[in-house]
Amino acid sequence: MVEFNLPANSKVGVGKTINAANGAKRAKSFKIYRWTPDDGQNPRVDTYIVDLDKFGPMVLDAIIYIKNNIDSTLTFRRSCREGICGSCAMNIDGLNTLACLKAIEDIKGDVKIYPLPHMPVVKDLVPDLKHIYAQLASIKPWLQTQSPAPSRERLQSPEDRAKLDGLYECILCFCCSTSCPSYWWNGDRYLGPSILLQAYRWIVDSRDEMTGERLDNLEDPFRLYRCHTIMNCTKACPKGLNPAKAIAEIKKLMVQRR
Amino acid sequence: MAANLSKKSLRSPLAEARGLGSAKYGTEHWWHQRVTAIALVPLTIWFVFGVIRHLGADYTAFVAWMKSPFSAVMMALTAAMTFHHAQSGLQVVIEDYVHNELAKVLSVLAVKFVCYALAAACVFSVLKISFGA
Repeated sequence: MVEFNLPANSKVGVGKTINAANGAKRAKSFKIYRWTPDDGQNPRVDTYIVDLDKFGPMVLDAIIYIKNNIDSTLTFRRSCREGICGSCAMNIDGLNTLACLKAIEDIKGDVKIYPLPHMPVVKDLVPDLKHIYAQLASIKPWLQTQSPAPSRERLQSPEDRAKLDGLYECILCFCCSTSCPSYWWNGDRYLGPSILLQAYRWIVDSRDEMTGERLDNLEDPFRLYRCHTIMNCTKACPKGLNPAKAIAEIKKLMVQRR
Repeated sequence: MAANLSKKSLRSPLAEARGLGSAKYGTEHWWHQRVTAIALVPLTIWFVFGVIRHLGADYTAFVAWMKSPFSAVMMALTAAMTFHHAQSGLQVVIEDYVHNELAKVLSVLAVKFVCYALAAACVFSVLKISFGA
């Protein structure tokens, strides 16, 4: 059944508070989820009070500052710090987003930071993405053809290329999938918005010749039809994409081919 | 999500993700839910107005209304669409929230039985009024 309470060993406690602001004028509290597999303790929320004049404007700047200067045990993923790698996806101020694109000044009060919801946690803000990567692999996100490889590039009209706009920009940060209640309850079988958007990106690609097989693979009460148009995915996407629309387009093709 | 996955399984993540494969089913269920929903828009409006029009009417007036061929057909359609829509919608809710396979199958079957039994009772009542004395 659906679990509305966290298991006993996942109940979040109150952690330590470190005031590193030294009475600065622009002090701000960052409340960050902490959990390590090594000490057998429950997760806790640590509070770091820092001086906003010491680092850049984004939430990622703040947690990098905390890791470098206050608490080196704080663990999170980050790479490009400009919204193109998708590594620093986390739940900030109640919404899944990229820490590098979320401005601190847009958050009223304390900045609450948690890992992406409903995923197994590896440590602190690092979720285990094994299963969702396997789901991505299961839809074969690459060009598949039947006809022999051409001696030159595969041509595509500008109109057909335009159909990929709004799809190819996805950076696989999984902010959408982990904001979807359907994915929370049935993520073992439901593919979730990010993977379905990727699936549609290849279904709609005019150069791909396996459209029917791709649709066959999705025609399933759980893989595709757990989407109930909740739209959290579209609200969460830090790149401004619309996974809900991509899923609706897949459903339309399913009806069209009957 | 993790709760549904076998944590200590030695299967590869891809084997877990591919699972038992695609059921090659689901579009029909989804499409029927949409079609019955659209059909219920005019039917429900007709039903609500029909009932309002007979507010305070006595038994004979109500039976006379139900006896007309148009009302009887509309009423039978309303019952069929309502319960067909209800059972397919409730099935989705159960599939969403009940993760024990046996409990899921039994509750889906129970919902279908109750819904179709109620639909049959409604249609039978309409026919009985129509063809009754």
